[in-house]
Amino acid sequence: MTGKIKQIKTVPADPRGVLTGSHYLDGDHAAAEGCIAAGSRFFAGYPITPATEIAERVSARFPRIGGIFVQMEDELASMNAILGASWGGAKAMTCTSGPGFSLMMENFGLGIMLETPCVLANVQRGGPSTGLPTLVAQSDMMQARWGSHGDYEVIALVPDSPQECFDLTITAFNYSELYRMPILIMMDECVGHMTERVIIPEADKIRIVPRRYTTESPSTYLPYKADDDLIPPMPPVGEGYRFHVTGLTHDEKGYPVMNAATQKKLVSRLINKVKDHAEEIIITDEKYMDDAEIVLLSYGITGRVAIPAIEKAREEGLKVGSMRLKTVWPFPEKRIREMSKHIKGFVFPELNMGQVVLEAERCACGNCKVVRVPHAGGWVHDPEVIYDAIKEAAK
Amino acid sequence: MSEEAPPKIMRRKPVTDHPMSDLLRIDRFPHVWCPTCGLGTIVNCLGTSILKTPEVDPNHIAVVSGIGCAGRGAGYLRFDSFHTTHGRALPFATGLSLSRPDMKVIVFSGDGDIVSIGGNHLIHAARRNMDMVVICVNNFIYAMTGGQTAPTTPTHARSSTSPFGNSDPPFNLPYLAASCGATYVARWTALHVRRLQKSISEVLKKKGFSFIEVISPCPTLYARLNNLGTGLDLMRFYHDNSEINNDADLKSLDINFKGKIICGKFVDLDSPTYRDRYDEENEHILGDKFIPYDLPDFPHISSNSDKEKIEK
Repeated sequence: MTGKIKQIKTVPADPRGVLTGSHYLDGDHAAAEGCIAAGSRFFAGYPITPATEIAERVSARFPRIGGIFVQMEDELASMNAILGASWGGAKAMTCTSGPGFSLMMENFGLGIMLETPCVLANVQRGGPSTGLPTLVAQSDMMQARWGSHGDYEVIALVPDSPQECFDLTITAFNYSELYRMPILIMMDECVGHMTERVIIPEADKIRIVPRRYTTESPSTYLPYKADDDLIPPMPPVGEGYRFHVTGLTHDEKGYPVMNAATQKKLVSRLINKVKDHAEEIIITDEKYMDDAEIVLLSYGITGRVAIPAIEKAREEGLKVGSMRLKTVWPFPEKRIREMSKHIKGFVFPELNMGQVVLEAERCACGNCKVVRVPHAGGWVHDPEVIYDAIKEAAK
Repeated sequence: MSEEAPPKIMRRKPVTDHPMSDLLRIDRFPHVWCPTCGLGTIVNCLGTSILKTPEVDPNHIAVVSGIGCAGRGAGYLRFDSFHTTHGRALPFATGLSLSRPDMKVIVFSGDGDIVSIGGNHLIHAARRNMDMVVICVNNFIYAMTGGQTAPTTPTHARSSTSPFGNSDPPFNLPYLAASCGATYVARWTALHVRRLQKSISEVLKKKGFSFIEVISPCPTLYARLNNLGTGLDLMRFYHDNSEINNDADLKSLDINFKGKIICGKFVDLDSPTYRDRYDEENEHILGDKFIPYDLPDFPHISSNSDKEKIEK
């Protein structure tokens, strides 16, 4: 087990970008405001339904707040441009949906390997392939986890409302600097296009994690020598560090080394820097958990769709609790495993044919029931179906 | 007997250091490139140009490479250097260049990387006149993976995936780059070291999208598969068959198998960059409300006081 994440001083947000007040925004626009409030001044994007509105809003807002927007030629380019910009020192973001997410995967992996802080929002729509461009799904959740080749861990946050799109985008930027990696915001079409009240706090109430730069001098600095918390501090570009970074397996110097020992050391650290800090990364929204015998697991829009089903079941005396995951990856493995020993069962509705539920089944390990509530996407669940699943778990 | 003074022996100063050791990662040598490959010469030209261009501070140079033989360039050049994924050096450099207009961003990569898998990025970076230097090393083949056909392989030349001769026409790189909007376009071979150095020195001082194609001998694959001899034989071939014509019609720059190679500086013009146009367009509409992008916060340790602080 590694040390707790090195305490980083947070700073208040730059008031120039923060539209303090009460707004009526859709999730995409709220995510754009979150990006700006988090201090991002570089955005590269490529149009795709239903994520385009994030890029549109950013492109309109940036020239007034000292940001630079570039519409790239495709999603591969967008992902790479934000990596390059991040190395330049900018807080950078891109957004996309299913097909574009697939195109970004290789270079998302480059971001993981180079340990590059940046944020990628995927407003999920139905797939595979072109699928349902304008309709909701949550079917990229496993792609988020495993979409790029090789072994690694990811951090994926899932908002359930425009307000959370704003809040979690800021969290994503902060996580990206804390853990020095690309962070995923797994929105969905429903949340992205749903318009609700969004409260944007005053700038000094928004805490921003600045980049952790090295304090070593250029002569002693090693780009991939991690601190006790497994995170290596970054070098500033243009200041004489003359560092080298590569997508090849590398040593602490950043130089390629092709052997099993270096591979083990590097890949283990990339995985453990997330796993060992999982407790600090995982955020959940819980209700009625004190007496829960059945736990409804959910994330994103499905968490809201499940509310009437939970309320109805509780009215009938069923002890149902709700645990909505704001962080889906890393999965709250420990909690679920522990819980499974004391409850009757989990119910897990998702807008896919069964993805994150596989994790719940793995963690429950036969200790209790895990009831799947799959949905192919295109619409949200009928709460009655979720209610029936709760009844089944209670049997 | 009169004493004679010992004879004077002219001694050279002992060489203790590589003349370019400040610009090369000597600790990574020996490099992976084959004997008589042109890449060493081209890296040397780049280094020499930088040494001869005092206007550019080596600390303010970033090198971005993709994947392939030339893609290893970033690993041997001692600047802030980035070895990225196959074909993506240009969009990575786009992000870096836009976020850090104080940096001179050089893309050093090969023909397969920049023109085939990264071809879309090439045409768009040129169209936008992104502020960067692209040194595209053209060895007519995918060498790192064993000599497969590239979009630059001359028609009829053999490769390991066209064992009976390539039926495809190759790209004419200077024409392609120029037609897409590159503001500096040149082609040299690895033999034209002084002209190549001069071109690199020129583009280091220039804003906008500069594209230099450098024809480079691949002795191990291209020459062997086509019975063209050694790398030295290819250099001799360049000597005998290249022609410098700065005024050449860009359309006439196709390279045929064992044919003439027309070299030169074909385009050198000033045109606003992406950033210039972005600022101008937005300022035109927004007026005083327009705020231009400024450098992000980072520790400025090259200024002496901070440096001392850190060294303490």
